[in-house]
Amino acid sequence: MTTLVGPELAGELRRLGTFDAEVCMNCGICTATCPLGIDVLPRQVMRFGLLGLDDEVRRHEETVFSCLLCRACEASCPAGVHITGNIRVLRRWLLEKEAV
Amino acid sequence: MALATREVIGILTDNLRLRGSVLPVPARRATRWAREFGLPRGGERVLYTGTMYHIVPYTERLVRLQQRLGSSRLAGLVPLARRLNRLVNGMPLVARPTSEERSEYERVPANVAQLLLRAGVEFGYLYEDDLYTGVLAYDLGAEDVVAAHAKRIAGIFYKYGVREVITIDPHTTTMLRSVFPRFVEGYDVSVRSYLEVLAERGLPVEAPLAGDVVVHDSCVYARYEDVIEPPRQLLAAAGLQVHEPANSRTMTWCCGGPAEALYPEKAAAVAAQRVGQLREAANGVQSECVTMCPICLVNLRKAADGTMAFRDISEYLLEAAKARS
Ligand code: SF4
Ligand code: SF4
Repeated sequence: MTTLVGPELAGELRRLGTFDAEVCMNCGICTATCPLGIDVLPRQVMRFGLLGLDDEVRRHEETVFSCLLCRACEASCPAGVHITGNIRVLRRWLLEKEAV
Repeated sequence: MALATREVIGILTDNLRLRGSVLPVPARRATRWAREFGLPRGGERVLYTGTMYHIVPYTERLVRLQQRLGSSRLAGLVPLARRLNRLVNGMPLVARPTSEERSEYERVPANVAQLLLRAGVEFGYLYEDDLYTGVLAYDLGAEDVVAAHAKRIAGIFYKYGVREVITIDPHTTTMLRSVFPRFVEGYDVSVRSYLEVLAERGLPVEAPLAGDVVVHDSCVYARYEDVIEPPRQLLAAAGLQVHEPANSRTMTWCCGGPAEALYPEKAAAVAAQRVGQLREAANGVQSECVTMCPICLVNLRKAADGTMAFRDISEYLLEAAKARS
């Protein structure tokens, strides 16, 4: 399987709001803290956005919309990533694509 | 995007656009609590409910309906439901909580009003202009609709000369205090939760309570709005011994509620984990659990299924503030 990586999606996301997934050090503390216990939330879904993996973001729509926006992850993140802000931007992007 | 997800978000945003609330509760019902107080309309300082406590029994009914239908049947029905809902407000037709289900939630604004009056705080009320803030639509990503709604509410504040708002739940607090300034240029309204106002004034205590309670922090109060100490100060002033669960204060554990509209099973799983932590904290003491958000109250209570009692913080505070007859 070939996966195409490109900057366009990150650009689109940044037009919708502050998207700072590039600050993430990929340590996984957020995922370990998250009450939902979904392995791609929030670290990997943010990364899909950063890497321009449109299809992966779409495939994980339920995960993006499941996030409780509870900020437990942010309270533990050593890099100060605005995780819930990034999730909100991903939601906006998904809604925009679907013209809800 | 899954059809049901798209259409459910669509119904909520249509309602906000067309009717000023994601789940429009009749204004008469949402304002009835204020009758006994004769509060002035508007004024520099108002008590603002955002109708959150009124909405929750209706959302609860909708979630039950969703569960009864099952996700596959629901997915088939929601597109039609959305078309119909654009024409008539469908909520009163499909979600009708009983008066018993409503009464505990509808009592909270009155509890808060009594507490503030007893503490010597003067305030007005906006009656049918006390609108839902749009928080659910905001959380689901529908920013454009919410931006327009924020301007509408800011216009109402301007019209009534409101400079100071006292809120009664965490979600309305964060929308009015931290989100609206992003959407409304020149927004200059001071917003505080009644818990902050009362903690600063001091709780007027006439009949101190005795006993133990476990405190459940709302994620929004604790991690968005830094409202952590006021509820503890007030419960202690009421005479209660406060117990902390494993995840507390800035590390509080979500009640699962925010996932409820789209994924009730996920919400229930998170709530069940939280109930386990709260029960553990209550181990060995006869303890109820105190909540400070209607969404936490409904979700935790449902998950506990009668194994633990939950009550809104305003109930305890008012009980302590009122002389027993
Ligand atoms: S905790 Fe912060 S730095 Fe670590 S993976 Fe999560 S977002 Fe990245
Ligand atoms: S904000 Fe979302 S990703 Fe972060 S801990 Fe809460 S549910 Fe998990």
